[in-house]
Amino acid sequence: MGSPADCLYSSTHEWHRVQGDTLTLGITRFAVDALTDVTYVQIKPVGTTIAPGGGVGEVESVKTTSDVYCAAGGTITEVNQAVVADPSLLNKDPFANWLLKLKITARGGLDQCMKAADYDQKNPVG
Amino acid sequence: MLKTPLYDFHVKNGGKMVDFAGWQMPMTYALGGQPGSTIDEHHQVRRSGGLFDVSHMGRVRFSGRHALKLLDRCCTRRLRDMNHGQCRYSLVCNEQGGVKDDVIVYRMDDDDFLVVVNASNRAKLLDHFKSQMAANNFSLKIDDQTESTTMVAVQGPKVVDYISQFSREIPGLKRYTFAVKNLLIVKLIVSRTGYTGEDGVEVILPAMMTGMAMKMIIKDMDFSKPDAIIKPAGLGARDTLRTEAGMPLYGHELGEDINALSCGVDFAIAIDKDQDERGEPYIGMEALKKTRDAGGPARVLMGLKLDGKRAARQGMKVLVAGQEAGVVTSGCPSPTLGYPIAMAFIDRAKAGEGATVEIDNGKERLGATVVKMPFYKKPK
Repeated sequence: MGSPADCLYSSTHEWHRVQGDTLTLGITRFAVDALTDVTYVQIKPVGTTIAPGGGVGEVESVKTTSDVYCAAGGTITEVNQAVVADPSLLNKDPFANWLLKLKITARGGLDQCMKAADYDQKNPVG
Repeated sequence: MLKTPLYDFHVKNGGKMVDFAGWQMPMTYALGGQPGSTIDEHHQVRRSGGLFDVSHMGRVRFSGRHALKLLDRCCTRRLRDMNHGQCRYSLVCNEQGGVKDDVIVYRMDDDDFLVVVNASNRAKLLDHFKSQMAANNFSLKIDDQTESTTMVAVQGPKVVDYISQFSREIPGLKRYTFAVKNLLIVKLIVSRTGYTGEDGVEVILPAMMTGMAMKMIIKDMDFSKPDAIIKPAGLGARDTLRTEAGMPLYGHELGEDINALSCGVDFAIAIDKDQDERGEPYIGMEALKKTRDAGGPARVLMGLKLDGKRAARQGMKVLVAGQEAGVVTSGCPSPTLGYPIAMAFIDRAKAGEGATVEIDNGKERLGATVVKMPFYKKPK
């Protein structure tokens, strides 16, 4: 199953879904498979301003800890508390279980992000 | 990149293959189309049974007149009093008392030993053994059998009972002993050893017989069934299991620059081996004696139980009363215990069992308590 076509993908394995000035951010299946079982998710609180390409939080697995970045800049408007409460949701479906929503103030590196087909070709799953 | 004789087995069972010490090894298995999970594999081993390919580990045979003399010179533990059919855990040290590797020595016969070494240290240790053999004019044969044999570890509370259908002898083996079994035309070395904190066995067999032996052992077991007695388990689970069991790993708790007396494996260090009848010093013994006579190493390995949900990782600093007092060597969320655990070298003068410490992960400080290891002990 490929990555959703309506998202933009960074080389650091985040997906960005842009609808108007709202961006929804998550991490890809490739990222989740590399991490293995996700055991902890920490996202910066609502209201935090993020510079383009800046860190928005961290995900931890049994194996390792990894930073999460957002290509665009803006203000965090929502954090998915369901994923914070149960990080294993990311292993089940990383595209349905987003991490945060952001009000975009700067597109930053969004235009350098990959389309789904290019991302999947570069980062095959399984 | 090297492939073990079980490579096709891994791929067939959805193994997520990674490079490990030059070998392609499974991190997890995606069984029945589900994404691979280290946590699931970990629980399977604690609850029932798991099968690990450990063929990447080095297997070196020492035979001939001076086999024991060479191993006695290289190993920190007494080997002379081993019976045939016994296994013994030992360290191999450098002259400074640092750890070159940890090994399991199998005594096959008076002058015949098999030594299992870490994959990442195989070439280094072969050089070490051969140069010691030459320097001392020892007469023996050193035969690296790693690539001509397969080694699997079958671990878990239900494993020995499962094996009893193939052999009446194996369930009777004591911990750290082995038997050589003939299975049709296959010769198996079966030892009651492991690296998970569970009961179980490790089996060494000729590489070319792997397919046949696997078919006989696992029969038509469906790994995708939740109640399968044994399921394959990858390197991820191997690491979390050994961490819970407080077992050291080379590159983490053991290393050339780490004094052997600091690693929590004093039972494997016969510091006065030369005082025995016919005893001789081994490489590193003099340095270790000096360390001991000076009161022991300043930093020793300790177990940590973390307060929150965040795990500590290798290289993070340990702070006592805000001051740096140690470094984390391994850490993970413990699947069995439900909280993060870690091992760390900590100044003995600054903290001991029950002390509260902090771990600096670069962004925040995590609270932790020094606890006794192992973190997990199998129920009796």
